[in-house]
Amino acid sequence: MSYIVDRRLNAKNKSAVNRQRFLRRYRQHIKKAVSEAVTNRSIKDIDKGEQISIPTKDISEPVFHHGRGGRVENVLPGNKEFVRGDHIPRPPGGAGGGGSGSGASDSGEGMDDFVFQITQEEFLDFMFEDLELPNLVKRQLVGDEDFKFRRAGIANEGNPGQINIVRSLRSANARRIALTGKKRRQLKEIEAQIEALENEDPVLRNHQKLEVLMEEAARLRARINRVPWLDDFDLKYNLHVKQPIPRSKAVMFCLMDVSGSMNQATKDIAKRFFILLYLFLQRNYEHTEVVFIRHHTSAKEVDEQEFFYSRETGGTIVSSALKLMKEVMQDRFPTSEWNIYGAQASDGDNWNDDSTTCYKLLVDSIIPKVQYFSYIEITPRNHQALWEEYEGVRDAFPEAFAMQQIVDVSDIYPVFRELFHKKAV
Amino acid sequence: MKRDPISTTSEWTFELIQEYDRHIGQIAEEYGLDTYPNQIEVISSEQMMDAYASVGMPLGYNHWSYGKQFLNIEGSYSRGQMGLAYEIVINSNPSIAYLMEENTMTMQALVIAHACYGHNSFFKGNYLFRTWTDADSIIDYLLFAKNYVAKCEERYGIDEVEAVLDSCHALMNYGVDRYKRPYPISAEAEKQRQKEREEYMQKQVNDLWRTIPKATTADETESQPRFPAEPQENLLYFIEKNAPLLEPWQREVVRIVRKIAQYFYPQRQTQVMNEGWACFWHYTLLNELYDRGLVTDGFMLEFLQSHTSVVYQPPYDSPYYNGINPYTLGFNMMMDIRRICEHPTEEDKRWFPDIAGSDWKETLTFAMRNFKDESFILQFLSPKIMRDLKLFCIADDDRKKDIEVTAIHDEEGYQRVRESLAGLYNLGNREPNIQVHSVDVRGDRSLTLHHMQHSRKPMADSSEEVLRHFHRLWGFDIHLHSIHNNEIKQSFHCPPQTPKEPAE
Repeated sequence: MSYIVDRRLNAKNKSAVNRQRFLRRYRQHIKKAVSEAVTNRSIKDIDKGEQISIPTKDISEPVFHHGRGGRVENVLPGNKEFVRGDHIPRPPGGAGGGGSGSGASDSGEGMDDFVFQITQEEFLDFMFEDLELPNLVKRQLVGDEDFKFRRAGIANEGNPGQINIVRSLRSANARRIALTGKKRRQLKEIEAQIEALENEDPVLRNHQKLEVLMEEAARLRARINRVPWLDDFDLKYNLHVKQPIPRSKAVMFCLMDVSGSMNQATKDIAKRFFILLYLFLQRNYEHTEVVFIRHHTSAKEVDEQEFFYSRETGGTIVSSALKLMKEVMQDRFPTSEWNIYGAQASDGDNWNDDSTTCYKLLVDSIIPKVQYFSYIEITPRNHQALWEEYEGVRDAFPEAFAMQQIVDVSDIYPVFRELFHKKAV
Repeated sequence: MKRDPISTTSEWTFELIQEYDRHIGQIAEEYGLDTYPNQIEVISSEQMMDAYASVGMPLGYNHWSYGKQFLNIEGSYSRGQMGLAYEIVINSNPSIAYLMEENTMTMQALVIAHACYGHNSFFKGNYLFRTWTDADSIIDYLLFAKNYVAKCEERYGIDEVEAVLDSCHALMNYGVDRYKRPYPISAEAEKQRQKEREEYMQKQVNDLWRTIPKATTADETESQPRFPAEPQENLLYFIEKNAPLLEPWQREVVRIVRKIAQYFYPQRQTQVMNEGWACFWHYTLLNELYDRGLVTDGFMLEFLQSHTSVVYQPPYDSPYYNGINPYTLGFNMMMDIRRICEHPTEEDKRWFPDIAGSDWKETLTFAMRNFKDESFILQFLSPKIMRDLKLFCIADDDRKKDIEVTAIHDEEGYQRVRESLAGLYNLGNREPNIQVHSVDVRGDRSLTLHHMQHSRKPMADSSEEVLRHFHRLWGFDIHLHSIHNNEIKQSFHCPPQTPKEPAE
């Protein structure tokens, strides 16, 4: 007799461990594929899984087998035209192979790549591997994100599951004592009188009075007994209150120059940099806000759409953006609650006398308050005054300020890694 | 004939599976099939992929190569390039068969007949399985192996263990005893003995390498017996027992891989027979069900459609051609043996005087029990099959300028085709014949392997890669010589030798 077992509800991810082992082993390949993907992908789907392909020869498991050559015999089905002694020209490239019988076929060159899919999570993990947010120190309350329940004493209301028995009975007891105190005192007095009467000589006893007293005592006892043993308002409940779990929250300021000197390609590079930074923050903080500030001669806080896609022209005054950032920080993002990150992208053009203002703004009021401020200059040309001023900032705050130059789209990822490279403790 | 089918729709239920199994089991018993008890497990397609990836073992130690397998299967399955097998059956007692929940009732019945009665009786009856595998304890052993490897990973780190496993896998095909019965694998005893063995073996090895430098004269060295005294074909066994630098746990891992290789060894040698036997029986059993009126016409049509696609053999010039289909060859041969027994022709009587006209059940059972693919083909491949499949034999000799057709399915060619085909299933020809020739015990402890060339077939270039793995296990230099007619044709070394450079 056979046993029939339904295993469908059993775990189905038996291979998950082995899959992880595989990814672990081929980290380097996958990382390479991932960083290529980051460079080539359009922004919108940077947050997706990726198809990874690894050359088959890199992951092959070698075994001893025959090479080509020697005399190979093979038997094939489906003969239509051959008779014994026929000679067939060798198929090109198949010298001595003869087909699949000898196992020689898997030694051939030019095999397909081994292709497989990794999930979005894995993709981002690989992308951000080894990176850690610089100075990730402040953890502040967000207040409405996540809660845990904490005991907070006793309440009069609650659900039956949380009745505190000791407290309830104690309060019932107290109530009973309170409600019956006067009566019991009266009862005690009457009982004393009864006792006194009973002690008298039966002949002299006032039988009428005794009867009245007995009746009164019985009435009092009944009234005492009528007080309920446990009443609704005796019930006490354990009280649990929701308490917010501390979460870290971060705000990221994206500052971008949209002046006439920034062309679409430059903006595109900046865009990718911001998106990488945003994804990165999102994964490291529970709550991440983004403030987009664009500027030409004057700065303006805008939404994401406008930030990336609307066009403006004009001159460039970088300090306007920094000034706005400082104001927004003061108004909405107190440093006691927020980890502030700044990222600025520009082509390096600025009014010459403005660069000094930028330096002052950064050094005096921005850098001391932010976790990290990064500046990327997207230009193949020589640096201008702004870069030089910023170099001064970097020297003053080597921990919190970083700057890099980007020429090409493919520079972004390495630069990004460089900027946020895990700081040794 | 009155039909009273068990079911009329393609939906399956557990009751129906039970019912079909009961009927099929009954008929199988009437035919005299001897099987292990069956455990039929219904699983989902994801679970089937898992089962697939672990090469059919219900549980196995963790290794990246299984993950690779899984990704591969998952990829091609989700791209629709591949359907999943309808069944997997495990050679254990009770025999475990997996049914996929997506299958229709017909397919479930087919799988039950094929796996639970076909393969199952083959596992129980065939001499190779009887000799080399221990169906009672394999599950226990696999569990032991899994836990042991996990423990090692915990203690020595995943990378360490992985490296040893990689190396063992590279030599897995050379981890089998071909001629002597191994000890039965018993997990219980295994666990108890494992510790003792560890210590004991370590001592053994140290003994072997106790080479206290003595002033040896030249002729004393000459007279030293060669080590090993006989060439050793079981490379993993040799490593397990003799590799000087392995830690005890590493030896145990080598042993685990070796035992598992041994467990699968019969399956590699009986593919045609095993599948042929199972196909023959699902075909016979389900036809009998039909003849008894237990299944509908629709059931039979679905079954036959699936059956014919399984046993289809594309011709050699078809784009779908991928070698000889073992299902086709096996099924046709099994059917043919029955035909020869029941309705022999003149030709059959000439070719198979012993079995022509004999009782087919007995003859088939005899064939199933006592042969492996190679000998089975050599013994039972009839001219009719060769004609039906239009088999022809070619020889590709690298000294000649083209390929020669050496025999076809005609009177002069039958014998030749049959021998060639049998040769293709001879693992000894398919895999390079590599043996441990000697170890330089007195000198640098290098180990020399000899490859005896068969039909002048050389070793592939990947051999160096394999030698690296061998080197990792052995710890000292490895040399591999490929020999033909007492002449060294190729040499591989690990670490690679740069000729004419003075040793440091």
